[in-house]
Amino acid sequence: MSKPVPVPTPETQQYWDKAAEHELWLPYCETDEKFIFHPRSFCPICLSRDVVWKQLSGRGTLASFIINHRPAPGYEGEAPYVMALVELEEGPRLTANILEVEPSPEAVHVGMPLEVVFEDRGEITVPQFRPRRSGDGS
Amino acid sequence: MSRDKEIVIVGAAESTNIGTVPDQSALQLGTDAALQAISDAGMSIGDIDGVASTLQTVELAHHLGIRTRYLDGTVVGGCSYMLHVRHAVAALREGKASAVLVVHGESGRSRVGMAPRFPDPASPGGQFERPFGVSGTFSSFTLPVMAYLDKYGLGEADLAEVSVAQSRWSSQVPRALRRELLTVDSVLATRLIAWPFHIVECCPLTDGGGALLLTTAERAADLDLAHPAVTVVGTGESSEGPGVSFMDDLTTFRGFRDSSSEALRDADMNTGDIEHLMVYDAYAHLPLYGLEDLGFVGRGEAVEFIRSGATSPGGSLPMNTNGGGLMYTHTGMYGMFALTEAVRQLQHRAAAQVDGVRTSMVQGVGGMFGAAGAVVLQRR
Repeated sequence: MSKPVPVPTPETQQYWDKAAEHELWLPYCETDEKFIFHPRSFCPICLSRDVVWKQLSGRGTLASFIINHRPAPGYEGEAPYVMALVELEEGPRLTANILEVEPSPEAVHVGMPLEVVFEDRGEITVPQFRPRRSGDGS
Repeated sequence: MSRDKEIVIVGAAESTNIGTVPDQSALQLGTDAALQAISDAGMSIGDIDGVASTLQTVELAHHLGIRTRYLDGTVVGGCSYMLHVRHAVAALREGKASAVLVVHGESGRSRVGMAPRFPDPASPGGQFERPFGVSGTFSSFTLPVMAYLDKYGLGEADLAEVSVAQSRWSSQVPRALRRELLTVDSVLATRLIAWPFHIVECCPLTDGGGALLLTTAERAADLDLAHPAVTVVGTGESSEGPGVSFMDDLTTFRGFRDSSSEALRDADMNTGDIEHLMVYDAYAHLPLYGLEDLGFVGRGEAVEFIRSGATSPGGSLPMNTNGGGLMYTHTGMYGMFALTEAVRQLQHRAAAQVDGVRTSMVQGVGGMFGAAGAVVLQRR
């Protein structure tokens, strides 16, 4: 069984199109100077429809996690695996797996620096994260 | 609120069987409880004109033979019944209904008469959470926990205190599914589901039903009730987002804060007036968030409060006295069972009865930190 894939909607299409190019983009409100997640065609703070898409750094830190011992379809060979909430430098918080790390409470900790990697799943590519290898804070 | 405008619960019941019930459908489980609630209220079906349920309300009303002038099909997850109660109170006060039946029926384990589950892959959760290995609510609802534990310097042994305390209640409750008295060590020795959660820190999946029957205090005075009426003195409802990644702050749930403060304000009470508490506990971190977000303890103090025995039998704030969703039963949308336990406690007929309790608060959550509903109940 293959891993589940998202079905993009008109408001999120750009996010998934950019992910396919291995880039992380989100809508951005120039007035509030904030990225908007999940993607919407307006800013939920000022209700402006004048939002632009901008690329993010792909750097973040681990905000929270669990280590899942009961795999989802497509994940059978990977349990236990780390499911995480990743706080991006620019503010938004993404759900992702932490790859390239031992899935144990000793190896994974809140606050650890992470960087985005991209996992191709057929037609769709999903952003994932791994411990940060380069740049500040690692 | 003058007492002649008070709204009361005159019937509260659960299905005859809970747990694994493969020979009954969700609708059967719900109607089994409903018939008992109607009987306890001394009402006939013609007296009831309102239906609120997570079951299909038109089907349910027709199944029971109710001629409706009030239908509430609010489905926001496990706290839907707290919202049903809140809406029914408003409708009954306004004369939009005379008696409202709130019904839960769910074949969560055996899946008899249940619609198939197809999580929508185009929804916000379907696009941005589910693709990352969500294999059940245990791998989604639980995700914020490490942010909470890390913030207060706590670990998996601290989380285990929740199940330990609740097992002290469930060991006294014959209908509870998990009745073994637990220690921190015995919790940590059970199977890991999603670290730091072990199996007894995750709800079981069961079949069951429950029902409440509400009417005005004026009408209730003329009824031959099997058990004392319980007054709904305050209610609140709220929502935050479609999944845990959309929470404002991973260590506190805005829905708990907003719905509980509204319910207490509505009741003209504060936390010091509450003698008994039910906090929806699909997973062991929820009572920690609940105790803090409702204002019973300060930030980061919930584990110590539970470890002190305050929420256990004989403590100052008996909590989840049926053993909670973790120990008693959890059909999927557990909220009804938190309400039926609170009503039983106030009617002084609970399995693990708290002596002389007269005021109870019930806090529900729906979805994964999505919706919330709070109800304050009092025996006058």
